[in-house]
Amino acid sequence: MSLLEIENLTVEFQTAQGQFRAVDGVSLSVDQGELMAIVGESGSGKSVSMLALMGLLPWTATITADRLEFDGIDLVRQSARDRRKVIGKDMAMIFQEPMTSLNPCFTVGFQITEALKTHLGGSRATRRARAVELLNLVGLPEPERRLNAFPHQLSGGMNQRVMIAIAIACRPKLLIADEPTTALDVTIQAQILDLLLDLREKEGMALILITHDMGVVAETAERVSVQYAGQKVEEQKVRDLFRDPHHPYTSALLSALPERAQGKKLPTLPGVVPGLFDRPEGCLFAPRCAHAFDLCHKRQAVQAGAEDGFALCHTPLRKGVPTSLEGASLEGQVRS
Amino acid sequence: MIKLLFRRVGLMIPTFIGATLLSFLFIRMLPGDPVLLMAGERGMTDERYQRLLHEFGFDRPYWQQYLEYLWGVLQGDLGESFRTKVPVLQEFLTLFPATVELSLCAMLLATVIGIPAGVIAAIRRGRALDHGTMGTALVGYSMPIFWWALMLIIVVSGQWGLTPVSGRISLLYFFEPVTGFMLIDSLLSGQEGAFGSAVQHLILPTIVLGTIPLAVVARQTRSAMLEVLGEDYVRTARAKGLSPFRVVGIHALRNALIPVTTTIGLQIGVLFGGAILTETIFAWPGIGKWMIESVSARDYSVVQGGLLLIAVIVMVVNLMVDLMYGLINPKIRY
Repeated sequence: MSLLEIENLTVEFQTAQGQFRAVDGVSLSVDQGELMAIVGESGSGKSVSMLALMGLLPWTATITADRLEFDGIDLVRQSARDRRKVIGKDMAMIFQEPMTSLNPCFTVGFQITEALKTHLGGSRATRRARAVELLNLVGLPEPERRLNAFPHQLSGGMNQRVMIAIAIACRPKLLIADEPTTALDVTIQAQILDLLLDLREKEGMALILITHDMGVVAETAERVSVQYAGQKVEEQKVRDLFRDPHHPYTSALLSALPERAQGKKLPTLPGVVPGLFDRPEGCLFAPRCAHAFDLCHKRQAVQAGAEDGFALCHTPLRKGVPTSLEGASLEGQVRS
Repeated sequence: MIKLLFRRVGLMIPTFIGATLLSFLFIRMLPGDPVLLMAGERGMTDERYQRLLHEFGFDRPYWQQYLEYLWGVLQGDLGESFRTKVPVLQEFLTLFPATVELSLCAMLLATVIGIPAGVIAAIRRGRALDHGTMGTALVGYSMPIFWWALMLIIVVSGQWGLTPVSGRISLLYFFEPVTGFMLIDSLLSGQEGAFGSAVQHLILPTIVLGTIPLAVVARQTRSAMLEVLGEDYVRTARAKGLSPFRVVGIHALRNALIPVTTTIGLQIGVLFGGAILTETIFAWPGIGKWMIESVSARDYSVVQGGLLLIAVIVMVVNLMVDLMYGLINPKIRY
């Protein structure tokens, strides 16, 4: 049985200009102890879908889902009060900006033990001992002294370690890491990633890694879900995805990696993710797609089967070639 | 910490000299002659006028008078009142507790109501409760204090008869002041009903004096809270599964209180100014009323001495607020 089941999750924001759909029918499933990566550029709804799962979106957001199940609990029907018993305990999250994610007015020790106190109780002494143990676990030197430190006295990397300590304090079954290394410098990025992978192994927890760094995905994840403009456009095992991306967007992301570039110029993907006003009528990726044809601009994309990585595309690629050109009956699709 | 204290106290010296100069000049810039005012309607002979002028030293040039005044101040001598012949400092010390009592109650009212009101308005942002609270705060802030005081007296004291119109305590009670704070003295006196009477007398002046600080504190709390509620660490707190009460009341409020504390400190200076009006209307025997009466009588030494003492107290309060800032904001450690 999978640990997390998301089916057809949609998140809409009430804005002054009308409804904005940030997440559009995303489905996802994560097994116990699995490492899943969600990739996509800014504005593709990666963070929003996970924040929706955690119940951390502002009240302007409307969340609908056919199924939202975590560890056998139906999150859709659960009250906010019951949800709070799960989040921070069995399901935890760390964020992009470690320097602003910790409360500047409280010591590191307070912020770690608070999570323990809320969910596990226990005496003051046991909580403190556990906090020291956690700081050791996340590789912070002199943990006992650090407990009395304030976040501004620590570096960004140290703060992210503290955030991780808070998140894993109650031994969660699932840890969601929302671009945990984006705000850190490169040497620290690798350390934090290694730490997360290491902890996942030690604690046996599942990890969802939100990132826009394909390099990170290649090194770490088992399965990848690619999101674009709020939709999941492809999902594959990492090795298969890198070998044979089926969605033109995935393909474009991969060919923009310097390691994979051929020729002198690094290929880029022109344009940006559509916003509230320039949402295309047909396939959302069509305006930027190298393989788009008439149908793509007119009709919303359909999901392909597992053999094509569930690609949300009229003509999924196989070995870089659109399948429709391989003889699929285009005419038939237009008529139907 | 010690270094900062020395630097701040050092900065107070030029401010202090400036305050002596301003208080000295202000009262002399007013038209009217203290000696003539003292003579009253009957007036006096020219010869007697000149003699009195000489007695008070008003016939000497200003710079000489100022230096003499400054010399006295440095020795702790603020002169004595023309009218009562009591030393200024002594009068001040008898009256000051009344003003402190009133100001503290007003500040207490402002924080105890203003902070929760601001918090509630912030978490109900854009809804009826928010608009209602902030609209009321704006009205409170813009209302002329004297009008508000008179309305309260007319309605609460006059029509409903709920509170006394003026003074600090009913004439039925009499006891020697011990601390100068009526609430404490009335309890110490052991007289039945004295404390209740003191409280009753405090209610309206407290509301009147506290209204503007209340509005300022509420609005400041709301805006600080709104800013803080959007911070990442508030999201982290929620991600821990904490109750909304703990997220708002501990994680957000603790940060929002930093700018609010500064506001409260600054309001203390405003309160001394506001106290003049409030004390006059409610015949509250504090330094505000004392200053107004002394200005009318052109009681030079009382006005310049009183202004100087108020200035010193405001400076000291501001220094304390600055030092407190280090306690509530961990990012600032002296």
